[in-house]
Amino acid sequence: MKKILYILPFLIFSVTASAQNQMSILEDETPVETTPVSATFKGTRIINGHSIENRKQGVLEFLISHRFGRTNDGIDQLFGLDESNIRFALEYALTDDLTLGLGRSSFEKTLDGFAKYRLLKQTTGVKPTPVSISVFGSIIRKTIKNYAPDEKPDFSDRLYYTSQLLIARKFSDKFSLQLTPTYIHKNSVQKNQDPHDIFAIGTGARMKLSKRVSFNAEYFYTINPLKSIDTKNSFAVSVDIETGGHVFQIMLSNAITMVENSFITETTDSFFKGDIHLGFNISRAFQVSHKN
Amino acid sequence: MKNKTTAFTLLLFFCLLNSTSFFGQKFLTKNGKVSFYSHTFVEDIKAENNQVLSIVDLESGEIAINVLMKSFVFEKALMQEHFNENYVESDKYPKAKFSGTIKNLKELLSGEESLAKITGNITIHGVKKTITIESIFNKSEKEVSLKGKFMINIKDYDIKIPNVVRNNISDEVETSFQFIHQPYN
Repeated sequence: MKKILYILPFLIFSVTASAQNQMSILEDETPVETTPVSATFKGTRIINGHSIENRKQGVLEFLISHRFGRTNDGIDQLFGLDESNIRFALEYALTDDLTLGLGRSSFEKTLDGFAKYRLLKQTTGVKPTPVSISVFGSIIRKTIKNYAPDEKPDFSDRLYYTSQLLIARKFSDKFSLQLTPTYIHKNSVQKNQDPHDIFAIGTGARMKLSKRVSFNAEYFYTINPLKSIDTKNSFAVSVDIETGGHVFQIMLSNAITMVENSFITETTDSFFKGDIHLGFNISRAFQVSHKN
Repeated sequence: MKNKTTAFTLLLFFCLLNSTSFFGQKFLTKNGKVSFYSHTFVEDIKAENNQVLSIVDLESGEIAINVLMKSFVFEKALMQEHFNENYVESDKYPKAKFSGTIKNLKELLSGEESLAKITGNITIHGVKKTITIESIFNKSEKEVSLKGKFMINIKDYDIKIPNVVRNNISDEVETSFQFIHQPYN
């Protein structure tokens, strides 16, 4: 009898094992993995500022962005539509983690070049990483000839540098949040009392309204603003619409510029007094090279 | 005492039989291939997944297949993102599944027929449908392979295509599979 008792566990084991469903065997055999979180934001911009998103390797993105004049300029200016700042840019994803871009804005005839590199990817699974982190660096050069004839600035006087850390987390498939500590260096300033080094902290969020539409908001708080002009913190809200290879963003912003140095530190319009600029970003992605 | 010994031997025999049939008749693969192809005048879309799990039990004829949607690789990176984000909603429905049975198992094993008739439930995008597919069946000492193709109508699985890309994506998607199963124990 004792012997039967010995064997009983084996019997039970084999019976339960054979009754085990095929699908649950597959579940057990599924390799446990850590998977990266995708699409924290839809576009490479939250609104004015960069988002954590890079395009995938080999994708060339052509961006056309407009910011119109102030809507409270009234009917004479067709609510700002008579005036516009336009930026064209080509942005190329050298790898999945590194994007290089070149752009040109009509406002102050600004050229900009930037690099964005992904340091850390938010992941879920066995070993989750809570946030994504990227570093962003840009140099802009204002080429507008608005100086006094005897004060011709040299090449480097016209340069402005921006460094940012982009820290983002996709909390759910609906909600993502980004923090953007920013350091801006100006090679030249208008007045002596103006700081050459400006620090700011940005925050941006998106809320998905449907599969292809999201609502975004963005705010940059400047810690030590310029003193010679009355600057305002930049604030913007937008709606992102995605259609195939395009992302279309339509926004309301108190900034007319689209490069970091300018909209973070040189915005003078007040959003809540009605100095609102209508604007849009349109991007078209082209797959110009393939991984393999 | 003698009776008990006999009973014990029988029990042991039963156990062994049970376990051999369990360990000997199941075949599994973790590198099954599933690919799909959508053709329109505007665009051809192809995607391939080489990490599909599949198991077949040659005793009962049961088959189970488990497809991780995020493992489909597309030619264009943006297509892959849209596939996961907008169409199959991989965060919500991470896997497509099939579980069914081979109806003509006896004929296949005896070599009378080489085309397996498989009926079962397929679940894509959270929608379950009963389907019957035919598959080329091959069995050797160390392998059981299943290979074939079938059509999927994406409307059946509640996958919506917006009007702007209406012409880029076909309603009928040709789905191919190839599973080379190894003995599983």
